[in-house]
Amino acid sequence: MSEQIDERAAPGARDEDEGRLAVTLSINGQRHALQIDPRTTLLDCLRETLHLTGTKKGCDHGQCGACTVHVNGRRQNACLALAAAREGDEIVTIEGVGTPGQLHPMQAAFLEKDAYQCGFCTSGQIMSALALLNEPCGASDDDVREFMSGNICRCGAYANIVAAIQHARGQS
Amino acid sequence: MRTFEFLRPADAAAAIAAAALSPTAQQGASVRFLAGGTTLLDLMKLGVEAPDRVVDINRLGLGGIEREADGGLRIGATARNSDLAHHPVVRAEYAALSRAILAGASTQLRNAATTAGNLLQRTRCLYFRDTATPCNKREPGTGCSAIGGANRMLAVLGTSEHCIATNPSDMAVAMMAYDAVIHVQGPQGERQVPIAAFYLLPGDRPDRENVLEPGELVTHVRLPAPERGARAAYLKLRDRASYEFALVSAAVSVAVTGGRMTAVRFALGGVGARPWRLPAAEAALLGQAPDDALFRQAADLALAGARPQSQNGFKIELARRCLVHALRQVTA
Repeated sequence: MSEQIDERAAPGARDEDEGRLAVTLSINGQRHALQIDPRTTLLDCLRETLHLTGTKKGCDHGQCGACTVHVNGRRQNACLALAAAREGDEIVTIEGVGTPGQLHPMQAAFLEKDAYQCGFCTSGQIMSALALLNEPCGASDDDVREFMSGNICRCGAYANIVAAIQHARGQS
Repeated sequence: MRTFEFLRPADAAAAIAAAALSPTAQQGASVRFLAGGTTLLDLMKLGVEAPDRVVDINRLGLGGIEREADGGLRIGATARNSDLAHHPVVRAEYAALSRAILAGASTQLRNAATTAGNLLQRTRCLYFRDTATPCNKREPGTGCSAIGGANRMLAVLGTSEHCIATNPSDMAVAMMAYDAVIHVQGPQGERQVPIAAFYLLPGDRPDRENVLEPGELVTHVRLPAPERGARAAYLKLRDRASYEFALVSAAVSVAVTGGRMTAVRFALGGVGARPWRLPAAEAALLGQAPDDALFRQAADLALAGARPQSQNGFKIELARRCLVHALRQVTA
């Protein structure tokens, strides 16, 4: 559905400063004191306010998993969280996982197994895959598929994504 | 998304006082509680929900899961679905609940979604979610686009000429089979609502989905002590193997003593305007020896009042088979 300007919104809502909330977020171990519109999702806050664009916006409705981040060590959809409600939580994004020169073993496994095509879903896939390592996921490929079902890959790189995760699990 | 005031109340009393200002706790509420946000924010983005105030209830200490002295289980309103599904007591003694939760949504969503939010999740009917189309649930009096429209996923039990929406929850189906009691705190004090009396049938007011009144906050859900010797299952049939809503599901719990079924409880999902409990069909099995023909009779009883729409008639036979298969599983 296309963006619509909501005429019902109070005039004050268009005022830049009116109704802003003071929120302190902890992202990748760094604290950020922010003034945000209460409507700001964690996803938009990461991308638009903090310019951490590794976390992707796919469907924006919790259906595709491209925006997966870790909140207090567990994976969640950043698009369905209000940033203001995440104060006091520890948030980790793909930017907090490895660096280009020193990849996390899961990132290296995605490279090694060619587990992506266009790459748009990849940061979400990797954040989910990392979380999976600490979840009660069985050993089989089917178990991995079930645990990864919240991450959609439009290119259909699923076979190699499963291979990459199993490869990384075998190493850890 | 329409703008709103974001409130972070210090305690439940402040949250209740804030929400009591809404003219309704149902569709059109001007104040909404925010827990996991997985339903509310989705619907706010779609314009289906447009509260003036959003009240964060995540810091009110309502997240615990505890065994009670009488053997029952107290489940906090903001306990996360993942925590509930993986709780050792739930896995061991309320297995159908654990499996039902894990059969729904994705890990990411279950890590955010809560007990009360899951109970209150809204239908996935396409027309309810699309503000460009008539929908009596979203806008009373505008008509039902699903009758004669895309209704393959929708209900065959408990529908009305005004609404054929399905309740989409897996968790609530299992809670129905376990006789959950919903504990509510409101401006008038506390009350307890058995889950069988919590959801309203659509009738001519499909915008009213449950018995909650303005300001009423679900604080926790209580499950009675588990039936001794009962075996339980949750069987979910759907278009995809994972991350898909049920076409049909069944939560069953049966105890067999001396070759006879001494406790029988089951509920169906995906087919009803609310999670569908089946007392008459359960009674038909009580005291009997497990038997396929008997299961089939119970399934016929369970679906006796079903009314198919243009695209979902297949659900009636699918539901019968789902129930029979689940009963077989737990009595084999």
